[in-house]
Amino acid sequence: MAKSPHLVFMPDRLLEYSRLSRPDRSRAAKQVAPLTHLQRLEAESIHIMREVVAETQRPVMLYSVGKDSAVMLHLARKAFFPSVPPFPLLHVDTTWKFKAMYELRDKMAKDSGMQLIVHQNPDAKARGINPFDHGSLHTDLWKTEGLKQALDQYGFDAAFGGARRDEEKSRAKERIFSFRSANHRWDPKNQRPELWRLYNTKKAPAESIRVFPLSNWTELDVWQYIHLEKIPIVPLYFAAERPTVVRDGLILMVDDERFRLKDGETPVPRSIRFRTLGCYPLTGAVESQAASVPQVIQEMLLTTTSERQGRAIDHDQTASMEKKKQEGYF
Amino acid sequence: MARAVPALDGGYRAQDLVARDIDAYLAAHQHQSLLRFITCGSVDDGKSTLIGRLLYDSKLIFTDQLAALEADSRRFGTQGQEIDFALLVDGLAAEREQGITIDVAYRFFATDQRKFIVADTPGHEQYTRNMVTGASTADLAVILIDARKGVLTQTRRHSYLAHLLGIRKLVLAVNKMDLVSYDQATFDAIVADYRAFAISIGITDFTALPISAFKGDNVTALSPHTPWYGGPTLIGHLETVEIDQAAGRAGPFRMPVQWVNRPNLDFRGFSGLIAGGAIKPADPVRILPSGKISQVARIVTLDGDLDVAVAGQSVTLTLTDEIDCSRGDVISVANARPQIADQFEATIVWMADEPMLPGRPYWMKLGTQLVSATVQAPKYQVNVNTLEHLAAKTLELNAIGVANLSTDRPIVFEPYQDSRDLGGFILIDKVSNATVAAGMIRFSLRRGQNLHWQPVDVGREQQAQLKNQKPAVLWLTGLSGAGKSTIANLVSKKLHRMNRHTFLLDGDNVRHGLNRDLGFTDADRVENIRRVGEVARLMTDAGLIVITAFISPFAAERRMVREMMAPGEFIEVHVDIPLAEAEARDVKGLYKKARAGQLANFTGIDSPYEAPAAPEIHIDTTKMTAEEAADLIVEALLGRA
Repeated sequence: MAKSPHLVFMPDRLLEYSRLSRPDRSRAAKQVAPLTHLQRLEAESIHIMREVVAETQRPVMLYSVGKDSAVMLHLARKAFFPSVPPFPLLHVDTTWKFKAMYELRDKMAKDSGMQLIVHQNPDAKARGINPFDHGSLHTDLWKTEGLKQALDQYGFDAAFGGARRDEEKSRAKERIFSFRSANHRWDPKNQRPELWRLYNTKKAPAESIRVFPLSNWTELDVWQYIHLEKIPIVPLYFAAERPTVVRDGLILMVDDERFRLKDGETPVPRSIRFRTLGCYPLTGAVESQAASVPQVIQEMLLTTTSERQGRAIDHDQTASMEKKKQEGYF
Repeated sequence: MARAVPALDGGYRAQDLVARDIDAYLAAHQHQSLLRFITCGSVDDGKSTLIGRLLYDSKLIFTDQLAALEADSRRFGTQGQEIDFALLVDGLAAEREQGITIDVAYRFFATDQRKFIVADTPGHEQYTRNMVTGASTADLAVILIDARKGVLTQTRRHSYLAHLLGIRKLVLAVNKMDLVSYDQATFDAIVADYRAFAISIGITDFTALPISAFKGDNVTALSPHTPWYGGPTLIGHLETVEIDQAAGRAGPFRMPVQWVNRPNLDFRGFSGLIAGGAIKPADPVRILPSGKISQVARIVTLDGDLDVAVAGQSVTLTLTDEIDCSRGDVISVANARPQIADQFEATIVWMADEPMLPGRPYWMKLGTQLVSATVQAPKYQVNVNTLEHLAAKTLELNAIGVANLSTDRPIVFEPYQDSRDLGGFILIDKVSNATVAAGMIRFSLRRGQNLHWQPVDVGREQQAQLKNQKPAVLWLTGLSGAGKSTIANLVSKKLHRMNRHTFLLDGDNVRHGLNRDLGFTDADRVENIRRVGEVARLMTDAGLIVITAFISPFAAERRMVREMMAPGEFIEVHVDIPLAEAEARDVKGLYKKARAGQLANFTGIDSPYEAPAAPEIHIDTTKMTAEEAADLIVEALLGRA
């Protein structure tokens, strides 16, 4: 099997197809391999992004620096090439992300040529809200409130998010175009049907839309695409020896001096990696030796627990995603 | 926690290969194709059990989810101590109680051959709307039948809808074979029954399988209980069935333009998703609706220029000529162009609680075109259970009907049966912004193509100049008894004295003549206003200042009339009166009658009044006399730029 460094847009047989005379073409077309699933997903995501840019006033891309954001940004660059994607990146920062995330964020903004807006909730900052003392309030203020503040402040009427339907039960029912009231509430009783490739973007002036171009991607699709397209991701997704402590069954990484060690707690070096990335004191790692994308995929396929298990936010209030979304969490 | 072990076979994934050689596994998987399908059936048919099993056998269920499933099975399950697969996908009951819209949930699984996206639609009252939504993106439909019950009304309904939405790959899964002792005669009888029905509605081809979703027979592995069955397993069939894409690719090239890509003055590209056919550089193309001809210069992507692109791909094309082309246009192969028309016959599926109003303008989105469209009263409605054609004046939630519709400008389209992308459309309410209907164009109406606008030599400008005035429509709206007619009369008199040529269209008077065939239902009110709007427009063409006095309760119709007029010529006057005040005055005694139930559909009582959000003139009748109001209106009219 030949190595395939890029997602080749054309199966080999399509090249031959282009050399055929017109009468032979319709016969040949039937024999050409169909688009691969990743090509179809890619085309769908690009189509969605272009619809948003064509039909909304002031779109923005929510960029959380995770692997889904990385794929979304990559797709945006494809969708608008040779133009720079005609919207800014917005990072709703909690000040508690991993250092490696901040590094990649700044690099990607520079490479893409897009404007990067970093928003930190001034209220949460003033009150010193942190993951050690404030539990779910931390997420609430920095992320949920911070996001609303940023959207209001800049007057964005459409925001791309990297959520996938396979992540979690309540996402499976959410539309690709999800409408929010003037105060950012989601009304699950009033969702618009989405037929064919037709998205209704009409809305009242104060309303906004959250758009999920990766809705139909699975975790495996995302990883496979990162592999094929060689998309840069935060190194924390790959296993390395890192200083850790274990609390409440979660392996936490001691990423900087702000981590409050309890009496008798000393960081222990473990070979770990992360399946999802968030605020470092809230994100659980898994012990792993997987140091490359194929190895990560291998581990994922052989593993037995679902992705969100590593996120403290979901444990805090079970089945709370629906509620959080109604309040404006992405 | 032990890892999940599929019940009957080794699952779909080559776990050995993953463990042994992940690179080989990935190389094989990157060439996988994607099949989108919909499952049709109610909970009783075992639909959730089937989907649950597909997810379970593909090992997409992790141990934490499995632990929850086992606990739920013991608590809520209907299968004794065994795992109830239905619980995996049926988290829906509680949500339904909360009133959450669950039209379609999408599930994902994969085998070593293919990726699958399943549209799962809950089978309850909203079924038609939900299934139409799910089917619109599906390549294939699995129709589930309970072997004990055979072909039912709902089987016919599901098959009809799948066929209507253009799904040409049908699978008839005769489920619960374990409960009929895997009896071949039962299976054969059901298939024969179904075949007779299928042929009657134009389904020429389907694949029938005997299965038990609960026991796993013929789902992922051939069952020892059905030695008489010689076909593939359900998964085997789904993995190998041909995907319709190839057909779309063989057709003529079409690409609706989504966005014009202009990074700098030297580059002008047209971005879109190819709806049909294939394209390569140097191919001659035609831009529609303008009809201009050009040639493809490059197919531009981030990964480098392409030599060819096919249906389903998102690309950016550059052309060899500097010609006009923008969002809403369609780039087509030069010698086989799609049609252009502004009147159509279409099948319409109504999806909103508020029924369709014939004559009301809705936004219509087809491909990347957005136009204003009105639907006429349906020619007939289809009873989805019996497939009979019924007479209908409107379409209500979940109703399917055939109707003519006309657009305010010509659009580029193809019949739905030739192209989902250029034949399928949605209708959007102009006030609520809700998606109220889905439609499929059957064909264009010839009269639309043959009716041309007759140019006249003495036009509206000449007419207005002769009268030395600017034409306008003073549109008075408000509750019955607000004083619209009184004020309108005064305005007319005042303007007449100032040598202005006016005409007063009064609601009651018009209903004695032009509109005497109309009543007071919502649909008739819409038509009433539409006709008055058209008459008012003719009068402004004649250079007149038109004064109208109609309750005109709906924002959408006032907006429709506004859009008929030249910009600035429509002046909305809200004659505002509190309902209690109007009812207290009750000059014509109508409120009393309405309250007594002798008058139906009376505005303010049992029919709504939608007050204008931003009228050009607002008259507060509690603060000024009719005389003062008339002065205010005349002043505003003559003072306008």
